[in-house]
Amino acid sequence: MDDLYREQIIDRFKNPRHRGELDPHDYSYEDDNPLCGDRIRIDVRVDGEERVTEASFSGVGCAISQASADLLTESIVGKSLAEVRRISKDDILEMLGIELGPVRLKCALLSLKVLKAGVYGIESVETELT
Amino acid sequence: MASPARIAALDVERLRSDFPVLRRELRPGVPLIYLDSAATSQKPRAVLEAMQSFYELHNANIHRGVHRLAEEATEQFEQARAAVARFIGAADPRQIVFTRNTTEAINLVAHSWGRPQLKAGDIILLSEMEHHSNLVPWQMLAAERGVRLEFLPVTDGGELDLAALPRLLDLRPRLVALSHMSNVLGTLNPIGDIIREAHRAGATVLIDGAQAVPHLPVDVTELEADFYAFSAHKMCGPTGIGALYARLDLLERMPPFLGGGDMIKRVELRSFEPNTVPHKFEAGTPAIAEAIGFGAAADYVTVAGREAIHAHEQALAGYAMERLEEVPGVRVFGPPAERRGGVVSFTLEGIHPHDIAQILDGEGVAIRAGHHCAMPLHARLGLPASARASFYLYNTAAEVDTLIHGLYKAKEVFA
Repeated sequence: MDDLYREQIIDRFKNPRHRGELDPHDYSYEDDNPLCGDRIRIDVRVDGEERVTEASFSGVGCAISQASADLLTESIVGKSLAEVRRISKDDILEMLGIELGPVRLKCALLSLKVLKAGVYGIESVETELT
Repeated sequence: MASPARIAALDVERLRSDFPVLRRELRPGVPLIYLDSAATSQKPRAVLEAMQSFYELHNANIHRGVHRLAEEATEQFEQARAAVARFIGAADPRQIVFTRNTTEAINLVAHSWGRPQLKAGDIILLSEMEHHSNLVPWQMLAAERGVRLEFLPVTDGGELDLAALPRLLDLRPRLVALSHMSNVLGTLNPIGDIIREAHRAGATVLIDGAQAVPHLPVDVTELEADFYAFSAHKMCGPTGIGALYARLDLLERMPPFLGGGDMIKRVELRSFEPNTVPHKFEAGTPAIAEAIGFGAAADYVTVAGREAIHAHEQALAGYAMERLEEVPGVRVFGPPAERRGGVVSFTLEGIHPHDIAQILDGEGVAIRAGHHCAMPLHARLGLPASARASFYLYNTAAEVDTLIHGLYKAKEVFA
């Protein structure tokens, strides 16, 4: 348990570096994990060579999903979209530095799912909770 | 503060010794504290042994063989039906149809009563606090038949808004389908009064009793419920079996649910004649051992005494609510303890329910986090998710104390 809430995760959850929205943006996508009510939007700006110049996330969720979104958006700045499309589940787990059971894995991977849908140019489906 | 001492009507320590899993330590020195009985209850040895003994001594298929074991198996299966009927005050065991669970029981009604009875424009009255199992089958029927769904609202305090009932009944709903007790808020709904009013308005009434039957005395005959659905696994019984109680005349008139063996009297190449009630709703080999476990569970809970169980759980809920409200940042949802069963849902400011549940798990405490299969109710309360502690006859005030301790620990981690 204590492993799961390592300092880095709590710190990222409480003091995210990349929380916010980018307007205008080149890519944006939003999705939720209805099972736990986590919801994440990721906005990305790229330069003329399709390299990420800025990325941010917004939304609500558990510490794992929010910390993973913050780490992920930080990690993609400077990467080409081709590189972003190659980010894997293992890359996320390595960034988080923890092992997760199947339920919490979904929390950790929500931001990756959102980011990939965004950079593949899929339109957000409105999933209103209220 | 409520004194834990007054929570003592049940001999909880003796009951606890009936449940092998409660002896488990999750890690050395960290005993299991199981506060998730609204999801599924733990199983006492009497239930496990009834099922084991069936497989070891009597295993055979039912309703067909003439050999000794087949007769014993059939007899035990039908005795289980009678035990379940007694358990909820059904006048006749034929009024109990075995299903896989509450969900399947409700789907059976939607299929075999709803489809033939309801036509476009007919109204089904539900409530905003329903579990998805008493919502989605009706949404599917509504989409198929053009049936209209109306909803009894839920107040901010987490109770049915009965002031809206007369207006909604004036719409002449054909069916009123409501939960007896909310699986999220623990709210005990005054279904006796609602059934009476609904009948006066000409509606048929289905009650989702999944959360009520395990915990408080229920008499379907006295309630005059037309349909009443519940599951074994929330009342000390096995998974994979539940029951639909129904008025006999309704069952007689309803067409079968699934087709296959056991539900027929006679089959020709192009036609069949359905079996009698309740068998015409039980196609194929049923969950025989599970039915026997269901019967054993009904007997076990009866001996423990549902009035005592309810009093115990209500006291635990009250104690938990008081202790939770001491914790800064905690919000507890739902009505006061005297109008609820042993279920308490809450949030802790700044900490997602998943994180709460995970940290509590480290303390050996099992709670549920999420929307508890009631997304519309969470939307009504303006919450994406909540944490839920739910109690049964084996829980203690000391376990509530450990829960509270765990919440302080969560606050420390997130401080």
